Amino acid sequence: MSTGASNPVAVSDVVIVGGGIMGTSCALFLRRRGLTVTLVEQGLVGQQASGTNFGNVRRQGRPLMQLPLANRAIANWRRMKELVGCDVEYLQVGHVRVCYRDRPELVDELERYAREARTYDLELDVLTGAAMRRQFPYLGKEVLAASFSRNDGHANPRLVSPAFARAAQRAGAAVFEHTRIVNVEKDGTDFRVTSEDGRVFRAPVLAITAGAWGNRLSAQFGEPVDLTARGPTMCVSEPVPYSIYPSTGVFTPLEQETVYFRQIPRGNVIIGGGTRGPAYPDLCRAYVRPENTLRQLGQIQRLAPSLGRLNIIRVWSGIEGYTPDGQAVLGASEQVSGLFYGFGFSGSGFQVGPGVGETLAELIHTGTTAIPLEAYRMSRFAGSPAGMRREGLAR
Amino acid sequence: MVEPRVVVVGAGPAGVRCAEALASAGIRPTLVDENRRDGGQIYRRQPENFARSYAKLYGTEASRAAAIHSSFEKLRGQIDYLPQTLVWNIEGRNLYLVRDARHITLTFDALVLATGATDRLMPVKGWNLSGTYSLGGAQVALKSQACAIGADVVFAGTGALLYLVAAQYQRAGARVRAVLDTAPWSDRVGALRDLFAVPATLLKGLLLTFALRRAGVPVYTGIEPLEIVGTGAKGVSGISFKDSRGRTVDMECDAVALGYHLRPETQLADLARCEFYFDPATRQWLPQVDPDGRSSVAGVYLTGDGARVRGAAAAEKSGELAALAVLQDLGRAPDLDAMRALRRSLETFDHFARGLNQAFPWPSGQAARLSDDTIVCRCESVSVGELRQVVQQAGARESNRAKAFSRVGMGRCQGRYCGHAAAEIIAHAANVPIEKVGRLRAQAPVKPLHIATVQNADEARSNASVEGVR
Repeated sequence: MSTGASNPVAVSDVVIVGGGIMGTSCALFLRRRGLTVTLVEQGLVGQQASGTNFGNVRRQGRPLMQLPLANRAIANWRRMKELVGCDVEYLQVGHVRVCYRDRPELVDELERYAREARTYDLELDVLTGAAMRRQFPYLGKEVLAASFSRNDGHANPRLVSPAFARAAQRAGAAVFEHTRIVNVEKDGTDFRVTSEDGRVFRAPVLAITAGAWGNRLSAQFGEPVDLTARGPTMCVSEPVPYSIYPSTGVFTPLEQETVYFRQIPRGNVIIGGGTRGPAYPDLCRAYVRPENTLRQLGQIQRLAPSLGRLNIIRVWSGIEGYTPDGQAVLGASEQVSGLFYGFGFSGSGFQVGPGVGETLAELIHTGTTAIPLEAYRMSRFAGSPAGMRREGLAR
Repeated sequence: MVEPRVVVVGAGPAGVRCAEALASAGIRPTLVDENRRDGGQIYRRQPENFARSYAKLYGTEASRAAAIHSSFEKLRGQIDYLPQTLVWNIEGRNLYLVRDARHITLTFDALVLATGATDRLMPVKGWNLSGTYSLGGAQVALKSQACAIGADVVFAGTGALLYLVAAQYQRAGARVRAVLDTAPWSDRVGALRDLFAVPATLLKGLLLTFALRRAGVPVYTGIEPLEIVGTGAKGVSGISFKDSRGRTVDMECDAVALGYHLRPETQLADLARCEFYFDPATRQWLPQVDPDGRSSVAGVYLTGDGARVRGAAAAEKSGELAALAVLQDLGRAPDLDAMRALRRSLETFDHFARGLNQAFPWPSGQAARLSDDTIVCRCESVSVGELRQVVQQAGARESNRAKAFSRVGMGRCQGRYCGHAAAEIIAHAANVPIEKVGRLRAQAPVKPLHIATVQNADEARSNASVEGVR
């Protein structure tokens, strides 16, 4: 631990810990508001969940309360080139969510969701029978209904967060990679943020956007979250002619059935979902379990049997942080002034990322936002078993 | 007592000698191999209905090839042999295989990886044209199918295999237009002392060179390839290179075989989570092994060219030694004198391998001179310029980062053929030492995995729990 006498390597209006899509986009939006920003990242920006996820840019299927945030995000996705200054392979080619014949009750749910989502500007068409087969001929016989979101799509997750970080840097943010933060504390009106190698960063505002590692920092302020680290099961096929445009996934209560795929214009088909694998935040490694891959490849053929003709050339994973209720922690701390959170997106943070960054920046700058954040409050975990388990989780 | 389950992957010289030593100690190993028949690459067997003689197929190596094949035949009843089987993943003590489009899980107590080596390649402009092969690929076509890669072939690169394959083509009746070696003669003279460690092999090498010259094949040394010339529609029509005096030479040909020595196939070792280290002499990352073949992971052994490229004769010895190490670690008492003798003998091969690396060095400097429009990653069609751009403009200074940004090494070969050159390009563009660039992490599947091999989810589950395939 460094001594109080050491000079900080950076003093700014805001320190952001965690360089995933939340932190990097927040850094850019803060700079656009004129605040000085230091972003610190334990490895390389966008290396874990933000860079290894499936790449869905979808609003469909999100809980309705998330849609205002998702809508703010999609506005940013649509102007991404202008925002970050490069192509991140964002394509608004639609998103299809299907249910199987053995769960006919889910058709009602798809229809109800479509009705309710309409009030949030999310237009969905629920198709069945010949209309569905005509529009999505690649769907398997087991598929009963398909809900189509015309304006959703996908992007290349490997490119997005690094592009945000570079744009933030060009706008004047200081970005420190390979900087693992071990200690955070409030020291008078400032936060002191100390790295493993003793470097100190100071600012009156601290934003914790550290994904699966967020709890290690929030717990130091007495606000622990029972985060579970998991690794998504991902794979990609060899390239074949580009023919399936929308991103397509299964709506089911069964984890192993929830597979999805998307094809990119260069031809490869990216497959995700199903059972998640183990992740080791201490080692910054997550491994794909071979059995999960096999199960996923079995399931994907129920969704789109023609994919069976392809070869898988690579599998991968990354580290995602899951909260007990599957919702993120987002907004101002109710315990410590100047402290903000944006982590625990539980495997579905990619699409909302650019909305989270903008909302956090707005909140930090103005103290308020029109986006409802009630459901993301940290205090919902206060006094829960997460608090009890704080000792074990703080490490 | 429960029989220990020992799995050997690879039925080349290392794998066969390893299985043989295990069998003679009373263990029944499972020998898994990707090929249709035993022999590996160097002693690859022709299809059953082909009738070329050993002398014709293997030349100077005929007696060694015959010995390995007959040892294998004698072993058949004492091992479980799984040919045409791909090991696509490893997790803990389980190997994941695909055989006859069926998934099998094999549990092991000891795993010996005898996975061999593939060509080490440096890109050259035009190497993505059809008609360009690796030296190994050119040799496989000849050995397995009695086919030449062209009617008028240039062999370019460096290393012992360059001369061997050229001589095999010449003997088989193909026209060998020229042998183009990037290593200057002076390097060979400097390496002579080390090469004398195994005089018989040195002599064979010299005889090959003389045979090529006697046949009128021009041999150029100290060259630098400039471009493989041709069109996308018609493929290779020639090669352009700079000779040792710096003059540009244009040569017509219809095929080019390219290779710069060999590199161990280490994907499985990587998936088994073995530690790697950077070897400055060959400028590549190699898996850690002790002299007997023990990796950094208990129960996982690496042998043959898959651990260190020392050639087939050394592979036989290291395969046997790895088997004795397995026996020792399983608490069976192996012949310690035999182990000592094998270690001593392998030291002379180490010596010789050092000499070969000195005589035929990896031309790392070429990477810096490659033009931006040269393709570096052929699977994903990534150009040298695109790779340099992610280094210089997006700040990727490490192999996996450059892969994430540019897709270099992301295709079906998983960086086997572009990874080493990409690392050199990154190091030069980022102005960092090559060892700082790191290595591409292996990701399953080791080779492309057909999705339909998993018929449905339930089958995947039940097959995944099958233990053994006796």
